[in-house]
Amino acid sequence: MTATIIQENTTDFEQVDVDPITLDIIENALKNARFEMDATLFRTAMSPGIREQGDAFPLIADKGGLMLAGQFGSFIQGFLNGFDGTIEEGDIIWLSDPYTCEGAVSHANDWLILLAIFKDGRHVGWSAMFGHMTDVGGMVPGSLPTNAISIFQEGIRIPPVKLYKKGVKQDDLLKIVLHQCRMPEWAGADLNAIVAACRMAERRVVEMCDRFGTDCYISATAKLLERNRRAMAQLIETSVGTEPVSFEDYVCDDGRGFGPYKIKCTMWREGGKVILDWEGTDPQSESSINFYLNENMLKMFFGIYMIMVFDPQILFNDGFYDLVEVRIPDGSLLKPKFPAALSCRTHALGRIFDVLGALLGQRQPEFLNAAGFSSSPHLMYSGYDKDGEWFQLFQIGFGGIPGRPFGDGPDGHSLWPGFTNVPNEFLEAYFPLRIDRYETIADSGGAGLNRGGNGISIHYHFLQKGTISIHDDRWFTYPWGVNGGSPGMRSTKILERADGSREVLPSKCDNIEVMAGDVLVYDTWGGGGWGNPLERDAALVAREVRQGLVSVKGARAYGVVLTDDGAVDEAATAELRTVMAKDIKADQIFNFGPSLDELRERCLAETGLPAPVQPVWRQGA
Amino acid sequence: MEYRLGVDVGGTFTDLLLIEEKSGKTYRSKVPSTPSDPSQAVLSGTQAICDMAGVSAANLSFFMHGTTVATNAVLEKKYARVGLIVTDGYRQILQVARSLVPGGLAAWIIWQKPETLAPLECTVEVPERLDSGGNIIHALDEDALRRELETLKKEKVEAVTICLINSFANNAHEKRVGEIVEQEMPGIPVSLSSDILPEKQEYERALTTVANSAVRPTVARYVQNLRRELRAQGMAGQINLLRSDGGLMSSEKSEELPVSLLMSGPAGGVSGALWMAKHAGYENLLTLDMGGTSTDVSLIEHGTPRLTRDTEVGDLMVRTSSLDVKTVGAGGGSIAHVPELTGALRVGPESAGADPGPACYGKGGERPTVTDANVVLGYLPAALLGGEMKLDVDAAKKAVQTIADALGTSLMEAAAGIIDIVNENMFGALRLVSVRQGYDPRDFALIGFGGGGPLQANAIGKLTGSWPVIIPPAPGVLCAYGDATTRMRAEKARSLSSRLDTAEAGELVTILEEMAWEVSRELIEQDVPEAEQEVQFEAGVRYQGQGFEVVLPFALDGFVDGGLARLAEAFHAEHEKLFTFRLEAPIELVNLRVTVLGKAANVRASEIDGGNGDPSEAKTGTTTVWMDGMEKQATLYDRALLRAGDRISGPAIVTEMDSTTLILSDHVAEIDHFGNILINPAA
Repeated sequence: MTATIIQENTTDFEQVDVDPITLDIIENALKNARFEMDATLFRTAMSPGIREQGDAFPLIADKGGLMLAGQFGSFIQGFLNGFDGTIEEGDIIWLSDPYTCEGAVSHANDWLILLAIFKDGRHVGWSAMFGHMTDVGGMVPGSLPTNAISIFQEGIRIPPVKLYKKGVKQDDLLKIVLHQCRMPEWAGADLNAIVAACRMAERRVVEMCDRFGTDCYISATAKLLERNRRAMAQLIETSVGTEPVSFEDYVCDDGRGFGPYKIKCTMWREGGKVILDWEGTDPQSESSINFYLNENMLKMFFGIYMIMVFDPQILFNDGFYDLVEVRIPDGSLLKPKFPAALSCRTHALGRIFDVLGALLGQRQPEFLNAAGFSSSPHLMYSGYDKDGEWFQLFQIGFGGIPGRPFGDGPDGHSLWPGFTNVPNEFLEAYFPLRIDRYETIADSGGAGLNRGGNGISIHYHFLQKGTISIHDDRWFTYPWGVNGGSPGMRSTKILERADGSREVLPSKCDNIEVMAGDVLVYDTWGGGGWGNPLERDAALVAREVRQGLVSVKGARAYGVVLTDDGAVDEAATAELRTVMAKDIKADQIFNFGPSLDELRERCLAETGLPAPVQPVWRQGA
Repeated sequence: MEYRLGVDVGGTFTDLLLIEEKSGKTYRSKVPSTPSDPSQAVLSGTQAICDMAGVSAANLSFFMHGTTVATNAVLEKKYARVGLIVTDGYRQILQVARSLVPGGLAAWIIWQKPETLAPLECTVEVPERLDSGGNIIHALDEDALRRELETLKKEKVEAVTICLINSFANNAHEKRVGEIVEQEMPGIPVSLSSDILPEKQEYERALTTVANSAVRPTVARYVQNLRRELRAQGMAGQINLLRSDGGLMSSEKSEELPVSLLMSGPAGGVSGALWMAKHAGYENLLTLDMGGTSTDVSLIEHGTPRLTRDTEVGDLMVRTSSLDVKTVGAGGGSIAHVPELTGALRVGPESAGADPGPACYGKGGERPTVTDANVVLGYLPAALLGGEMKLDVDAAKKAVQTIADALGTSLMEAAAGIIDIVNENMFGALRLVSVRQGYDPRDFALIGFGGGGPLQANAIGKLTGSWPVIIPPAPGVLCAYGDATTRMRAEKARSLSSRLDTAEAGELVTILEEMAWEVSRELIEQDVPEAEQEVQFEAGVRYQGQGFEVVLPFALDGFVDGGLARLAEAFHAEHEKLFTFRLEAPIELVNLRVTVLGKAANVRASEIDGGNGDPSEAKTGTTTVWMDGMEKQATLYDRALLRAGDRISGPAIVTEMDSTTLILSDHVAEIDHFGNILINPAA
């Protein structure tokens, strides 16, 4: 089953010569158009998740669906394979069900809009964008139920349908879908904004066809893809070996008490081709932490990591796809079988990036980054305000960027592109809460020559009764350090009740009732450290103590002793560093902290939570 | 005594323009800038131009100045050591910033986070808390504050900023903290966030206020020194500085509010362009100000430049009003290169600067620049700056040949490619200010100035379809025109959040009148009498739930009768124009802004003599150029000899003291009464 594209004008495109300068002009124009998509979206969307935090991804593709500009790689092929219908000028496709598009979107909160671009009746390309909706119905506010056991509990699933047919908006369809959402105004406005952004790109592509001629535009897009392929082929040749390298990392738990779940990948090169084989990854979970991973999207992740690590100047598009082969075992955490729940896939998605980084860096540790804040922890808070109006907050948190060859990891920043925090004064004006404290956690970044970034501590002081949900990870395993650097600190969530009692909350939980006066202390994790901490400039450590980023005690992890007035005690520091140098494994590439067995043993004492139970797989899974 | 002096300090030259107010007669001068102490060039240039006109400094009634002192302090990170006082729990407000890592996926791997503008060790917390309505939740703990100030003293801070949570709604705590700081740390300048930017969003408010503190000592030193020297020369008139928003403020005010000077330089260009173009009869304009390392573009509609709320300089983005000028790292000195891996032709952002400069300057530069490409193509005659500097054509050819070799093209094709790419970059910037804002560039004229604008403007006009392309007289000193001809300005904004359908027009009018009076008083203090003031009102409006507002002007007269409904309709229409759709959602009024302007300068541009339409008396020769893929003969003209009504057919090159204008094939230029060159496609 594949989509059929109906063109009123079926004249073949003529392959024309494109001079290198025109090619560069078209490339720049495509990039500009992509940024115009973002600008349109942010200015018109309504949910804080999209308009403040930027949880949406644009794409401009060639007629075959390969990405020319964008950042999450093309998912269009997956959609085309799954869509059994026709597409013609004026149609706009809308979808959200990952199982109908080979994981083009990976949970039902992401609404994807696809627009086929036509010029003079001929199909010349695609614009597309998906964005995370604050709520799409289902069993909990926010539609990301931790303990869902099937996708039917995760809100409305939209198969590929036409939101516009030949330019006519399908209002009834929209009405039915919005009717399922707890925040229909936001969802409606966000969807409008996404459509407007896609139209912006459409307009730009058509203008380019006008300006340069359609044949020239089509030929140029092919050349742009080819140019990227050439550069990537060279890069793959020089930086990926034929010897297989493996790396494994974990999602701590599934929100139902089982875990950790292993994600494993092995990488090697056969001729000019890279193989990424996820054999050894654990089977799918019964709850919602599964990540339906689209192979093409993974290729893009791989490509962009290669480029950023080894040569950031390379133009970024989908041209290199046939140079990478991705193998994902069916029924695994990364390719679960319908109707497995998918909503909380963010943890596995994040961990994929740690695994890719570790794989690419293993042969060249000088390019290796530590483990980072490779997830996006969420907080949901909903209820009725003092006027009886429903409120619903979905907030994405941030933490420590890992220590890098390039330098320290920034404190309390986002690893996701374009994401920003929501101003606290905005939150306090529109939601019944106060943010009593908003700071990074001293010592939470792993020690290293380049320090890991600190995690963030946010104290949410609730002013109305309501319920909260939390999604986080790395509370059980540590964000690893590299090249002698130490792991970062793990995450914690503590609810301080107005009556003075204190509860440790699980990293993943739903339906926690809070009352006015309760304070949630929401601590995210720090990035791992990079390089030998004993080589870090002692004066810099002393300065970071004055800054409150490292504690006096934490300074000892760098072998730095301070005098009472905060200056470096040179003699004591030299002595401590000599002693510590004997034990530090400066040539150890990865430092994961204690083994899984040790972690289990100490779990309750250290975290206040019972250790997750090793999952038992169903027969045949 | 009625002389106005405009002085614009650029990276390479300081431009001066003296205008006799009654006749409009102008004198212009250009002296080399003195980057280590810019006031030297300003003062020596002032002396020189007064001598030229046969007047003394005592004859100057207005001294108006666009300065990059604040801008350069930011670019070179020459900041004062700023102490920051925040609400308990918010010490790391600048460290966390907005958590944003710029760039795409995985860009964090290579991102260099800039140092915080106020060092974290100089940031202290004070126990106190307001809610978002401005109600006091926790009283200010003054003892704790005094203890914390010991840290700031120990850290030897040179300026102090106070930014407390929700202070936009109630400034009482900030004021009290400010008083205590002044008691405890006398002589240290204090900036309050509720003065500088009384608006929601704690990070932006803190950063903007810290930026103000950080450049304050540098700017104050410069301004005080300049004022002292001018007074010593006998100058008794007003000394005003150009703000980022294109208005003027007194030099004393600028010492308190230097963050308003960050875009002072580009604002001069936009103001000058507007003034000149109005004479030519054009009020809808795209401006193109091309210098050596970068190019500034902006859009002017109905004689009013677009304003933006964010001012961006280097890696600093602060929330102050400035003319919506977009800067691209593409200028005459931008270097062309071909990366091995992709084989693509790139131009900039790296620049050869003034030293060594382009290869053709013969000062040791070897890498090919945009200027070199212009030389190779024959667009730049062999002598620049009225013959003071000879260009080394062979060096330019040698440099551009490296590009031709890498691309496998001919020398001329490579040179033309460089120019095409740089034009495309500028086209991209012009789109940001036009199409992206919902404007069609074909509805605008394009005015090209700065050292390089007149060379590229015709080609860029072809890309944007903006006609005519206007090259004003003395395009190199246009900024100084802007400085000399603009008006005094002050403004005040206030955050609100009320729905348009339930707001009380009467209450709003009371607030607006109050604000207007405050701003008016500010200008009265700067010697602008109330009778000369013009007051303007603007509202920031959005659909409830959106994060960005659309700014709409409105009149206070008659606002009580249906003003809110008119505002709502104007918003729907503007939203549709910008973003292609309108919504049923309620409309929210998020801020009000009052701007008060002084009287407009009564200065006419001077007119030139009329001719008979035939420019042959100004013809100085012909030269060979490469254009449209072939060699052509272009006619050379001396701009000083052109007369009003003269018509020039391209290809042609018009030279003058500080600039060179290129007129392409199939285009015709006409000279107007003010000496503007107006280029249009040949019919």
